[in-house]
Amino acid sequence: MSRKKEVAILGVGMHPWGKWGRDFTEYGMVAARAALADAGLAWTDVQYVAGADTIRNGYPGFIAGSTFAQKLGWNGTRISSSYAACASGAQALDSARAQILAGFCDVALVIGADTTPKGFFAPVGGERRSDPDWQRFHILGATNPVYFALFARRRMDLYGATAEDFAQVKVKNSRHGLHNPNARFRKENTVADVVNSPVVSDPLRLLDICATSDGGAAMIVTSVDYARRHVGNLDGVCRVAAVGTVTPRYPQNILELPDIASDSTAVVPAPARTYKDSIAWSAYEQAGIGPDDIDLAEVYDLSTALELDWYEHIGLCPEGDAEALLRSGATSIGGRIPVNASGGLASFGEAIPAQAISQCCELVWQLRGQAGPRQVEGARVGITANQGLFGHGSSVIITR
Amino acid sequence: MSETLSRVPIIEGWFTDDPVTPSLVGAKCPACGTYVFPPRSGDCPSPACESPTLEPAPLSRRGRIWSYTENRYAPPPPYVASDPFAPYALAAVELQAEGLVVLGKVVTGVLAADLHVGMEMQLELDVSHRDDEHEYVVYVWAPAAPKPKVTGTVET
Repeated sequence: MSRKKEVAILGVGMHPWGKWGRDFTEYGMVAARAALADAGLAWTDVQYVAGADTIRNGYPGFIAGSTFAQKLGWNGTRISSSYAACASGAQALDSARAQILAGFCDVALVIGADTTPKGFFAPVGGERRSDPDWQRFHILGATNPVYFALFARRRMDLYGATAEDFAQVKVKNSRHGLHNPNARFRKENTVADVVNSPVVSDPLRLLDICATSDGGAAMIVTSVDYARRHVGNLDGVCRVAAVGTVTPRYPQNILELPDIASDSTAVVPAPARTYKDSIAWSAYEQAGIGPDDIDLAEVYDLSTALELDWYEHIGLCPEGDAEALLRSGATSIGGRIPVNASGGLASFGEAIPAQAISQCCELVWQLRGQAGPRQVEGARVGITANQGLFGHGSSVIITR
Repeated sequence: MSETLSRVPIIEGWFTDDPVTPSLVGAKCPACGTYVFPPRSGDCPSPACESPTLEPAPLSRRGRIWSYTENRYAPPPPYVASDPFAPYALAAVELQAEGLVVLGKVVTGVLAADLHVGMEMQLELDVSHRDDEHEYVVYVWAPAAPKPKVTGTVET
């Protein structure tokens, strides 16, 4: 009900995801121009640039707000640059939202883009023996898929999930992404494709695990008053109802990427909500709604099995029931609560600083009824969820 | 040749190089009693505790598998992979007394097909890799011997 805590989304834009190895700013600029055009605004109307950083593209990547402000033409705007691993884009959105809600600006550009290396993500260079990210690779060879696999194996041993269940997530998402012009992979996969692909980190196979991609995404967010003046009314204007970005609570008793050990529950008992639960619930509480109010979700399917975990974390079903929810068809387009209508990371691959923004772009297109063949009919409320390294995560709720 | 190599831990201070009863070395808060692994000095991680110090503490040698996996491809550097690469398992093992889940490699020769959630494991040492001068030792989880618990002196 408290509309004053909302900001409007007037424009969204993306550069398609792929693997070209070009300067990351090229992708970001395409996305920024597309978002400005979608909003019917010019760069000179923007008062604040919130950049989401990439750590694999040198100095310009660490100062994304400045990098894109200069690319678009120095304009005296204020800027911020956020790094929060996979949640960087949502942190940038939260920064822009706070500036707008505080009354410091009316129009902000939120932007993230990346160019990624081939293969496994590795820590940034140098022998940094006290860096947990360096330690997990050097001492254990604990790649990102190792952590994804630990969660997948628990689903199998505790809830009876099968390799075919995991494959069905990929099949669903590949079908969703088939007609998404921004998706990198537009090929419908079968269960056989997935279960016959090579095992990377047991039980996960190559097609269970998301790729690393190049891509860029941008949003133009404004105060609600500005949107009303610019558009003439607020009919059909999407709004950010919540941005949940919380750290874990001690003790973080679930072993998460990139940690080598969990926190201890010897003295302080584990919190009532696990960390990933708390990410979504912080957004629900902010928006004053619950899982029953959601029409669609974009969740972080770094692996097929992690998408199933997210069904439970965002409250679509009780713990252990995700496989049944998937099998029922509820999370496919046309079902009760479609998940990853965009095609998800399965169809995109991960372009880290752009990914959380791209989740929001998809929700906006869906809520406006502009999603074409992948449209979720009548969608009015959507949620995103993602998690990154070192206690970062985000959940954004968008309504119209 | 290996006899000329000096034996060094892959990382300093994380485990005791005891050939019979090695143990992980964590840290314990002298004020509230909570545990930390990997070991470190400095402040207690509990938000409700203001202790500015932690003390080294040996951890239980046995625990149960929280989850596990098996790497089928060589991880990128700074991991030092064997050539040709041989798949190896990793296990996250829950130590009951400390309330910690600790990720480690699984002893050479034991793969994912040999493991299950809840299985009892014990801490051992294994050679991670060698270079011209050193043999690097790493802690590993191994299926617990099917006999009464070793009465070591490291457990308190």
